[in-house]
Amino acid sequence: MEEILIRFLIGGVVVSSFALLGEVFRPKTFAGLFGAAPSIALATLGLTILHRGHAYAAIEARSMLLGAIAFFVYASIVSWVLLRYKTHSLVTTLALMPVWFGVALGLYSLLVRWSA
Amino acid sequence: MIVKASLDSLKEIKPHEIGMRFLFGGTCTVAAYLIAKHFGPAVGGLFLAFPAIFPASASLIEKHEKEDKAAVGSDGTERGRLAAGLDAAGTAMGCIGLCGFALAMWFGLPHQRAPIVLVEASLAWLVLAVSTWLLRVRHSDS
Repeated sequence: MEEILIRFLIGGVVVSSFALLGEVFRPKTFAGLFGAAPSIALATLGLTILHRGHAYAAIEARSMLLGAIAFFVYASIVSWVLLRYKTHSLVTTLALMPVWFGVALGLYSLLVRWSA
Repeated sequence: MIVKASLDSLKEIKPHEIGMRFLFGGTCTVAAYLIAKHFGPAVGGLFLAFPAIFPASASLIEKHEKEDKAAVGSDGTERGRLAAGLDAAGTAMGCIGLCGFALAMWFGLPHQRAPIVLVEASLAWLVLAVSTWLLRVRHSDS
């Protein structure tokens, strides 16, 4: 329970700090870079290395690469939709969330097949 | 295109908006840990690049732009959507940096000390994200 609390606090501080950093910069495209800052990874990988070792964290990092590719596809589609159609940003980002899950899990299943 | 930094924009942010990001960030970090614990590091690692606060951030950007326009008596709906779309385009470019971070961690961890790998990976994110942005800006200017 203590570890969960520590991770929650560190995650909250790191993620909100990067979000605030993004608010400071203009133009918007540059500020948007901070939306893809490795905030969750920075918050959690240090503790993971400490408790589970380097090899375990390296496996997480390999999968994180797939998650990052999925994030790229998702954010690109969100941007394309928002700049071309008159949709609400919260509705668009939430409605397109299955894109992230689809790409991330699709790439993961390819990785599993490739490794077998 | 010149990058400007202004701390004044932080004054526009309300405490509950920071609280919401803190809550989403903390929750997603714990979720990534629990998923890794139950399904293994290969599945858990995917969630280290989960767009945790992306929907909330896009919504707040749209809201702030609308409020700014409303303050001068205009309808900022279109501008708000445009700002959120441009921010998302920047986030997509930042994802190139995120891939660099993951690669640096993946290949660095088995051979180097953890603090060194974390610093190298963070620098890889920064350099790749900013370089991608600069290339995109140059390409759109030409």
